[in-house]
Amino acid sequence: MSDQLKNAEEYTSGTSRRSFLKQSSLITAIALAPNAVVKAAEEGLDEKIAAAIEQMPLNVTINGVKQNLKIEPRVTLLDLLRERLQLTGTKKGCDHGQCGACTVHIDGQRVNSCLTLAVTTEGKQVTTIEGLAHGEELHPMQQAFLDHDGFQCGYCTPGQIMSAVCCIREGHADSPEEIREYMSGNICRCGAYSNIVDAIMDVKQGGKKV
Amino acid sequence: MKNDIQNKPINRVDGRAKVTGAAKYFAEIEVPGMTHCVMVTSTITRGSITSIDTKQAERAPGVLAVLTHLNMPAIPGWAADNSKPSSGGEKLRLLGSDKILFNGQPIALVIADTLERAQYAATLVKTIYKKEAHKTDLAKHKTEVHMPSRLGDYSRGDANAHSTAPVTLKADYVIPIEVHNPMELHGVLALWDGEDKVTVWTKTQGVKDTQETITAAFKLEEKNVQVHSEFVGGGFGMGLRTWPQDIVVIAAAKKLKRPVKLVMTRQQMFTMVGYRPYTLQHISMGATADGKLSGMYHEAIGETASYEDFTEATVRMTRFMYACPNVTTKYRIVPLDRGVPIWMRGPGEATGAFALESAIDEMAYKVNMDPVEFRILNFAETDPERNKPFSSNHLKEAYQLGAEKIGWFKRNRQPRSMKEGDWLVGYGMSTGVFGAYRGGSTCRAQLNGDGSLVLQSATADIGPGTGTAMVQIAHEVTGLPIEKIRFELGDSSLPPSGSQGGSATVSTVGSAVYDVCTALKEMMAAKGLSFENGAVKGNIKDVLAADGKPYLEVTKESKGGAEQQKYSMYSFSIHFTEVHVHPGTGVVRVKRVVTVADSGRIVSPKTAASQMIGGVTGGIGMALTEEAIIDHRYGRFVNNNLADYHVPVSADVPHIETIFIDKPDPIINPMGSKGMGEIALIGFSAAVANAVYHATGKRIRELPITPDKILAV
Repeated sequence: MSDQLKNAEEYTSGTSRRSFLKQSSLITAIALAPNAVVKAAEEGLDEKIAAAIEQMPLNVTINGVKQNLKIEPRVTLLDLLRERLQLTGTKKGCDHGQCGACTVHIDGQRVNSCLTLAVTTEGKQVTTIEGLAHGEELHPMQQAFLDHDGFQCGYCTPGQIMSAVCCIREGHADSPEEIREYMSGNICRCGAYSNIVDAIMDVKQGGKKV
Repeated sequence: MKNDIQNKPINRVDGRAKVTGAAKYFAEIEVPGMTHCVMVTSTITRGSITSIDTKQAERAPGVLAVLTHLNMPAIPGWAADNSKPSSGGEKLRLLGSDKILFNGQPIALVIADTLERAQYAATLVKTIYKKEAHKTDLAKHKTEVHMPSRLGDYSRGDANAHSTAPVTLKADYVIPIEVHNPMELHGVLALWDGEDKVTVWTKTQGVKDTQETITAAFKLEEKNVQVHSEFVGGGFGMGLRTWPQDIVVIAAAKKLKRPVKLVMTRQQMFTMVGYRPYTLQHISMGATADGKLSGMYHEAIGETASYEDFTEATVRMTRFMYACPNVTTKYRIVPLDRGVPIWMRGPGEATGAFALESAIDEMAYKVNMDPVEFRILNFAETDPERNKPFSSNHLKEAYQLGAEKIGWFKRNRQPRSMKEGDWLVGYGMSTGVFGAYRGGSTCRAQLNGDGSLVLQSATADIGPGTGTAMVQIAHEVTGLPIEKIRFELGDSSLPPSGSQGGSATVSTVGSAVYDVCTALKEMMAAKGLSFENGAVKGNIKDVLAADGKPYLEVTKESKGGAEQQKYSMYSFSIHFTEVHVHPGTGVVRVKRVVTVADSGRIVSPKTAASQMIGGVTGGIGMALTEEAIIDHRYGRFVNNNLADYHVPVSADVPHIETIFIDKPDPIINPMGSKGMGEIALIGFSAAVANAVYHATGKRIRELPITPDKILAV
């Protein structure tokens, strides 16, 4: 067994597609033995080729703006928003769908953007906290959070507000108990829940369109 | 401000930025050419690295560098430090040696042009270790204690009185590892300008402290180190130091000559930014048959790292809280193969209060007294530890207000006597206390020609609403409308302030704001100007033109004086709660909370109420759900994520009522305002445990109070 193959085996103990590609290219290389291919693999050209073909087109409307992007399929909607589009109002708290800080609306539904691969939003409408207000006029939920002090550090706040808007739209804001249940996917470590529930009740009872 | 007029509630001055997503936290700063760093961490708990293969990671697309102990540049300030940990162990030198001192220790930095590429390449680093036996279980190693360098033993009176009294009580208490878990992930973004100048955006509770740490680590001039942390997504103590991984990322940015950003993962938040240490406590208490405390013994053993001592004031409250002539306290630490702990909200006092306030409740039942009446009977009129008067102490009033509000005296005191449907109902209460501090702070005031006022100090706001409170203080002193005043913080180039910790910001920085606004008024008077009816009276524009300045400027340093030695200064809280316990499943629900704070004059009622609510919410987590669990066979956490480490969610938290005594402390500072952040949480877990006892007749002395403990026979 050649050294390269031994290395390849050692490195493919994981099951990533890239490692698999590398292993199969090395096996092929050894079977057919064209020096150029072996050399290409050693220099990482296969990685570079893979990187190039991995860019996928994505057409998505974010906060009313049509975006025509090319992205890797492994990019999450959260990282696309934060790292490429500078829409940093959407927050990363866990990256595992466990905290709700990254909540956005996709076609009007609340979704954890960290669990959403960006390429799956093709042709869809995404709304983030930056798209909620009408110009200078805050959305009623934003105003209610401000008035009821429904936050402290503010980091979970965009996710809470996006979630709260859908909580009302879904018809799950008829009592404080129901709100607590349907808002429990959004963690607030500062512990502003008591005020958040008041804010949502206020908007619900105010009857303004959300 | 020490008048009878209560301050008005106002909305947070930075609230609009927070509800619109405009507030920029450290990771959201745009820097051209920025690169992304992902850390590879150790999978063993103690030992060394035999080999680390980075070849494949280095070859992955977009990768700029893979740094390990083999190629990491030395940190000059670390290299110069030859001090030895008091445990006799080795010092932690992140990426500076092959030694592994805890599980999850960073062993490589992978830096790439995009986050995804760095994340992928990090999976390609292959490490072979030489394992050594590890110690992570405090309960197993509790005899291997170490006398801490501070917070030594304390004793007054007869050291045996606690066990020779007519009525005695002995009990052991356990607090598990709790993790701060602020919603914002920790990290750092470093941008060098040449070899000796760096700008850093990070998550810190003190930009000056972080500036000092970086300055020392890289042996730079202070003016060449700029630290920014304007918005901080929660800290709860974990941001009270600048962590070693922050320093190595800054070093990596220097080596690469590119800006580097690290955002840690939630899993990494469990291992390298501190935690509330696992702590064992023993209390022995004696009282007379008519309910006077005659002796107390309180011992605590907490965990620390092998490479650094961590200490906190776990047994402090027992020394002064009650009028008891004979008190002995002991505090020990045990070095383990773990990352070092750090103060977590309420710090050691919250750990200690769980034990003390549980024991006090138990003793009240033993002497057949109501727990509130028992506390009032043993109320300390003066501080029995230091033999000094309290600067202010409205505890008796607080007990009464809270008890009335929740209907304390209407309950049936008999345990397991109250029911609602299938649920057992219980009422419990506790006391919380924390030192009221005033440190030193400097504030600059700039009064502009348009009558607007800018105040600046290098303090922080990790959430309580620092800017809002400071603007409110300035409004009180100057009469200017809130909208005309802006407070700037979170920038190390501003006039210096200490870190935001120990509930001292309003007292410390607020005093500087008070003093600088007062000095500004004096300066204005000398120039024929004054504040009247919420505006500047006199022609300020002419004054500025004559002086050739864009604004009137005055800077003032402020700190406490001799009064600090004459009095004992504390903030107090009283927590009352009603819990429901399901006898079939052991589920505990907190149904009502009334929390009373004696924090002196309340500067900002709206944000203060939120702080109390937030502390209680943290207390619910401490009481019922929070516990980071290590599989000691491997020294690794098994629940290091927000699904399995359960911080309270909305469904766990009822409506919380807050009551403020709101009487100014005549001594501590010009506002008469004491601290609040810690007392909001301190003691709350005991209130829940005491309510669970009242509901079920069962004492749970180990947190969290999970259903298995309720159901256990």
